[in-house]
Amino acid sequence: MSSSTVAMPPTHYLNNGLTLKSWLFTKDHKRIALLYLVAVTFFFMVGAAFAVAIRLELATPAGDLLSDENYNRVFTMHGVMMVFFFLIPAVPAILGNFLIPLQIGAKDLAFPKLNLLSFYIYFVGSLFTMYSIVSGGLDTGWTFYTPFSTVASTSAVVPAALGIFINGFSGILTGLNFIVTIHKMRAPGMTWFRLPLFVWAHYATSLIQVLGTPVLAITIVLVAAERIFGFGLFNPAVGGDPVLFQHLFWFYSHPAVYIMILPAMGIISELVAASARKQVFGYTFVAFASIGIAVIGFLVWGHHMFVSGESVYAALVFSVLSFIVAVPSAVKVFNWIATMYRGSVSWETPMFYVAGFIGLFAIGGLTGLFLASMGLDVHLTDTYFIVAHFHYVMVGGTIMGYLGGIHFWWPKITGRMYNDLLGRVSAVVIFVGFNLTFFPQFVVGYLGMPRRYHAYPEEFQVLNVLSSAGASVLAVGYLMPLFYLAYSLKYGEIAGDNPFGAVGLEWNTTSPPPTENFKTTPVVTWEAYEYPTPVEGHVV
Amino acid sequence: MADHSQHHIVPKSTYYLIFTALMLGTGLTWWIATIDLGAMNNVIMLSIAVTKATLVILFFMHVKYSPKLTGTVIIGAVFWLLIMLVMTMNDYFTRDWLHFG
Amino acid sequence: MSNAASVAHDEQQHHPRLAHHFESLEQQTDSSLFGMWIFLATEILFFGGALMAYMIYRRWYPDAFALASSHIAILPGAINTAVLIISSLTMALAVHAAQTGERGKILFFIVVTMILGAAFLGIKGYEYYEKYAEGFIPGLGLEFRFPEPEYAKNAQIFFSIYFVLTGLHALHMIVGLGLMTWMFIWVKDGVIDTQYYAPIEIVGLYWHFVDIVWIFLFPLLYLIGRHVHHG
Repeated sequence: MSSSTVAMPPTHYLNNGLTLKSWLFTKDHKRIALLYLVAVTFFFMVGAAFAVAIRLELATPAGDLLSDENYNRVFTMHGVMMVFFFLIPAVPAILGNFLIPLQIGAKDLAFPKLNLLSFYIYFVGSLFTMYSIVSGGLDTGWTFYTPFSTVASTSAVVPAALGIFINGFSGILTGLNFIVTIHKMRAPGMTWFRLPLFVWAHYATSLIQVLGTPVLAITIVLVAAERIFGFGLFNPAVGGDPVLFQHLFWFYSHPAVYIMILPAMGIISELVAASARKQVFGYTFVAFASIGIAVIGFLVWGHHMFVSGESVYAALVFSVLSFIVAVPSAVKVFNWIATMYRGSVSWETPMFYVAGFIGLFAIGGLTGLFLASMGLDVHLTDTYFIVAHFHYVMVGGTIMGYLGGIHFWWPKITGRMYNDLLGRVSAVVIFVGFNLTFFPQFVVGYLGMPRRYHAYPEEFQVLNVLSSAGASVLAVGYLMPLFYLAYSLKYGEIAGDNPFGAVGLEWNTTSPPPTENFKTTPVVTWEAYEYPTPVEGHVV
Repeated sequence: MADHSQHHIVPKSTYYLIFTALMLGTGLTWWIATIDLGAMNNVIMLSIAVTKATLVILFFMHVKYSPKLTGTVIIGAVFWLLIMLVMTMNDYFTRDWLHFG
Repeated sequence: MSNAASVAHDEQQHHPRLAHHFESLEQQTDSSLFGMWIFLATEILFFGGALMAYMIYRRWYPDAFALASSHIAILPGAINTAVLIISSLTMALAVHAAQTGERGKILFFIVVTMILGAAFLGIKGYEYYEKYAEGFIPGLGLEFRFPEPEYAKNAQIFFSIYFVLTGLHALHMIVGLGLMTWMFIWVKDGVIDTQYYAPIEIVGLYWHFVDIVWIFLFPLLYLIGRHVHHG
């Protein structure tokens, strides 16, 4: 790193217009990414506040802090906020938005106005959902299962569902924008197989968003029609089938898990290559693994319904396919490890997060195989085992990837470097805190503690106290980057254009990049991750 | 490939021809609906509907003259819809094959 | 195409509607049409979800569905099908006029398409009123009066799906009318020319899609009971 002599570029996207209006009405994908960063971080905090309440309640066996009714509302809002307003948009809307045009050598996404519209749709959707918190809360769980959500629940189902419906269009439009951009806006010489794996991962993610989210939208319309107008679509009283709701819901919501994890995997590919200074082992396999996950991910939703009354034959088919979807994920993990093998791995902050990702994702993925087995799933359904499993995959995996990406591209986004030691410490604290929080939940779930109860038998207390203690450690780990990254904005070292010596078009422009990204359209003549040939300075 | 979507102008006569076919298809569907053909009623009516939709897509929506990518998008979307229908039907058609307990 | 084309198109005059981040108007047109097609793909899955509900319940309750369907008057539905097909033709002719640069004709065909769209909605509104008068509303706290009481329960599901599907379809038509008003203004203001008519094409794609949805809804909702329960 030779950052002693570098200076910030005189003009860049951050100082091109300083008024509030120049931010709120910007069409620059980089600024929109930062708008998302602020909003998504806020909703993460809201979701985290609900998590605090859950862990406080569960520190003692008795249901003493919250009433059962309120506890239902708290875990529901925790799920809704985290799933729809944090995990799904986090990586694509922030890092994907910022990086895809830079990585393919484009001036912007194909539809900049649509991009801004996506942000405001997200914002309006969040308002409706936030309104449901203050207007009676939501107690259906984030899954809105019928007929409880349609005929029984007395909570604010409609505003919450409407918020998620609206928010869905934000995801659809972002995905649409990415697909068109990746097809039509690549710089000369940037062929499909020269694309960074981050872009491949986002392409796969966008396919899921575009093909899956509309089904969630129609599902919400049907629920709303039943709840508002009294239409009997899922109501057994007129012959409706609640299981049909589950089919429709999980057709989207299972692939939605891959909306969360695929972009994080894309980040990991970038970070592994940059830290090991090697081409990603089996580039095409990793690229097609992303597409494979996106496609096969649409064929497994029935594993959420093994005990819901779907036919045993269908369950069998879904079970087999669920095992198969583990294959491309495993291909990726093995390829990352093979990339590190004999590489000169430099252990800066991003690499710490990579290690954390692989650790948490491996545990989450492997426990997923337990749940894909029909027999074992009957025992584990609706226990804390499930809760632990999906937190390892969706939260452990996605947040490790997300924070690793934020740390890796922070110098590109802001032009400044954070304290690397603090970065590494935060990664370790999060890893330790995460395992302390969620590993005991595997055990307590296996022992039979059901999810979604505010009270539990006393013999489960030790494991629950461990979990709550871990959550406090985790909270410290999540708060740390907030402070040292904010500090770096003003006092951080000037990073220079390429502090990690990485390849990729985004490192060929200034940090922070100019509004139009590149002074002249780059022409790509090299393969993806062409290490060790160093690429310095700008493309002329 | 861009030249097609930009410059290809479909002659009006083609539009009139497709329009006539669509109207005839509608009449045919109505007529078929009044005859009892058992399960074939469905098959025929849906076949006519698919044919009509294909005509609209190919000619009114210019897909016949558009880049291959456009066709891929449509086929992909229909395929995904079929995934949803088939995998769900796979449950409903086999509900009475075997019961727990 | 975006790869090599950038240099070749430098001599092409800069069209006022060419956005700064595109190299050429062709790249821009290609991108926006492609984007519209992806949007229509999402629409296929959106309506597809409701069609799946239709499929499953119709298989479960074939008699109730056939009966309920036979209580819907065909004529208004058939007229509406024709209206929509004619409007698709006029929409295609509007795009044709945009390609050949006949501004008067574009305006004429847009207006005709809008009138037909409004006629469709009018007839649809009349049909809804009929359902209300006959007691076929499966909710809103109204009494559901089905002539064959033994099928009344499951017939409610048919009418629920009927209203969801036709309601969403009508909503799409209303959006389409809004888009056409916008296009009318753009054509009038001279924004649209023979180089830049992708917006009209896109609205056309949308309108044809709405037509296609109806092509399926008409037989599925109006015609499935005719051969058993006489027309």
